[in-house]
Amino acid sequence: MAFREYKIGARLFGVALGGSMMITLYFPTIDITSVAATDTGLRKALSFGRVGGFSYEDPLLLGHGKPKTVVLKTDPRTGQPMAQPVNAYVYESGIPFPSLIRHPRTMGPGVKELSLSQGHVTEASESSGAVFVIQHSDSAAGGSLAYVENATATRGWAPSEVLAAAGDENTTYVGSGKIMFVREGCWWCHTLLPEETQDWQAFGIPPRLGDFNSESPTAFGSDRKAPDLLHVGSRNSSKEWMMMHFFNPRLVQPHSIMPRFDYLWGEKDATGNTIDYATWRKEYLEYRDGKRVYPPDVPQYASNSEIRYLIDFVLSLK
Amino acid sequence: MLKYLFARNDDIPAGTSAVYFGFSSILWFVIGTGLGSFNAAKLAFPDFVTGSELFSFGHMRQVHVLAVIFGWISMAFAMAMMYITPALGNTKLWSEKLGVWNCFLWNIGLSLGLVCLWMGMSSGREYSDFPWAIDLYIAAFMALPLAFNVWLTIIKRRTQGIYTTNWFFAAGVFMVTIVFLVGNSPEFFSLSGLSEAYLTWWFAHNVLGLWITPVAAAIAYYTVPKITGNPLYSHRIGHLHFWSVVVFYSTPAAHHLMSAPLPEWLKSFASVEGVLILVPAIAFVSNLLLTMQGKWHYFVENIEMKFTITGVLLAIPLNMQGGFQQTRAINWYIHGTGWIVAHAHLALLGFSTFLEGAAVYYGLQTILRRKLYSLALANFHFWFLLIGFSVYWVSMTIAGLIQGAGKIYEVPYIDVVIAEHPYMIARWVGGTMVFTGNVVWLYNMWMTAKVGTEIPAGRLPHELAYER
Repeated sequence: MAFREYKIGARLFGVALGGSMMITLYFPTIDITSVAATDTGLRKALSFGRVGGFSYEDPLLLGHGKPKTVVLKTDPRTGQPMAQPVNAYVYESGIPFPSLIRHPRTMGPGVKELSLSQGHVTEASESSGAVFVIQHSDSAAGGSLAYVENATATRGWAPSEVLAAAGDENTTYVGSGKIMFVREGCWWCHTLLPEETQDWQAFGIPPRLGDFNSESPTAFGSDRKAPDLLHVGSRNSSKEWMMMHFFNPRLVQPHSIMPRFDYLWGEKDATGNTIDYATWRKEYLEYRDGKRVYPPDVPQYASNSEIRYLIDFVLSLK
Repeated sequence: MLKYLFARNDDIPAGTSAVYFGFSSILWFVIGTGLGSFNAAKLAFPDFVTGSELFSFGHMRQVHVLAVIFGWISMAFAMAMMYITPALGNTKLWSEKLGVWNCFLWNIGLSLGLVCLWMGMSSGREYSDFPWAIDLYIAAFMALPLAFNVWLTIIKRRTQGIYTTNWFFAAGVFMVTIVFLVGNSPEFFSLSGLSEAYLTWWFAHNVLGLWITPVAAAIAYYTVPKITGNPLYSHRIGHLHFWSVVVFYSTPAAHHLMSAPLPEWLKSFASVEGVLILVPAIAFVSNLLLTMQGKWHYFVENIEMKFTITGVLLAIPLNMQGGFQQTRAINWYIHGTGWIVAHAHLALLGFSTFLEGAAVYYGLQTILRRKLYSLALANFHFWFLLIGFSVYWVSMTIAGLIQGAGKIYEVPYIDVVIAEHPYMIARWVGGTMVFTGNVVWLYNMWMTAKVGTEIPAGRLPHELAYER
């Protein structure tokens, strides 16, 4: 290596690569981390939980270790009806908090201060669990700012009470559904990113800077082979349609190239009977070939099936 | 391989690790393109192999992508480094034993990682999909041993200067290690949100720009002068190529996210830097094509030159597309469409694969001292790759333009799916041709190793190509 020009070259190389990383990594990060989380950003972060991909709590991506999202119509403490239904994000004991609670700095300026002073988020503990809700406050700069409230600290709501008050019909597994979305590779074809140019009428408003704080991974996709899903819950909120579409997309859209996700139903249906996939496929082929008037019925999924998680997630995309 | 893992370094014949890397890369290429063909069939015929989680498209797509990037392309690079770096330093590889272990651990780690992805254990980030444990394994047992072997071989060289190819090799293994560790840092440190999304694409961009593109180019800097006998046209243009890669190719990462909510200054900056990628591209292509002066008959007659020059020529459309498709004027139309998929295959299956193919063809013959088993089969491989790739590229580009039109005129999406259907079939046909060619290649190289005519001492394989 004893060759003077290589000494100069090696130093220049360091300067060039270091400068490049300074501009493309450090500067953008200053900008991105100074963005305050929006209402959407907080909702996503609280309903998805810590990590939407491979993690300690869920290495096989089965949807474990994720919060539940409930709609409360009565106060879980008093039993009195609420003025308006409230969305609550229930972290039972041991469920890891999203990075926004672990590191309030990621909420961004303004939101962090409100969540600490008004929301008492630092008082929440993973070992005993917590219930979070989203609150709004007038910001100093004008307009309304969303922040996180730790309802376990401020209202005394325990996770088990909140789940009991909501009941199964008002509980959704949005966080576990995000895991299904990642594991099953939905995002290889369905983007979560209406583009900033001419994509608005069909797929809705593009996401804003603050919509992603604390989300990991964002999974908004790059290669669109199917409709954008960022606001799909606003276009189509039918669970029955979703069920048929996931079981066999050709039931509702003959030209669809989406794979069948019937295996997410698992072995048993809602009534505990074993699902007979072979017979279903045989009868479907007869229907497709014009030998039957109607397709076979899609089995009702069990309340703890993976398809429930996925449908809950898809319908939460509003 | 196993008998050399515990042999003394001096007892391992020179070139052993290159041979192992070479055959591994061909095998991964067969697997990777086979998966590609399978996935393409699913997009054309959605009920092909259905109702099973492991064989669903969402579980197979990333296995295809990472099998070709880490298996085929990167192992072919390692193969090229294992024999070209010492040859250009007029020395032996620093440690043949480290190379053999490197290849062994590479195959183990890659198989492990791909099985994880196949089962759905993914970090959910495109191109850096591997779970973090696999990422650490890749850095420690795949990237770093390779880097040390290359650096120490260059340090212990017996020439005064360092030839162009070895600049790129030494810088490439350094940059890919940095890019890999920084790009995967969201998983190590729980970074989240847009920072993570941006880092994902920072990695995806730089692994191409600072690893695949420069190292593939470095192979051409070796094979063209070596086989034609012409000296490199200009060392100084090589300098321009090298430094403009470092400066211009490492900066435009944000142009992959032109439609995402990132700071506007970042997108504009990335877009300008993206056009400047044409500087290294033009330097590279002109330098190599001018080196061919007077020796163009090799492009027709010699299989390694056929591969090399095809790769160099494909760098022209690749960089013309790449430089301009990321500007705001064009990107709004084609972003997120099949056009991009076509472009990615132009880079990996077009430009870079042809250069790596040349390195593997030439290296295996030189190290094994055996003439190619069948030139006819090699030509079959070349044409199946080229025609298969072209069919794929043209059909996906058309499909992308259809998608783009559907996007901006906001046509109901299902009409786009229907309109794309013929091109999905064409894509599957093209991909299957590539796969078929590779199966033939594996057979040809295996037979070369077993029964190829021995090359007498002092002769080079390409001199004997037409001798019986």
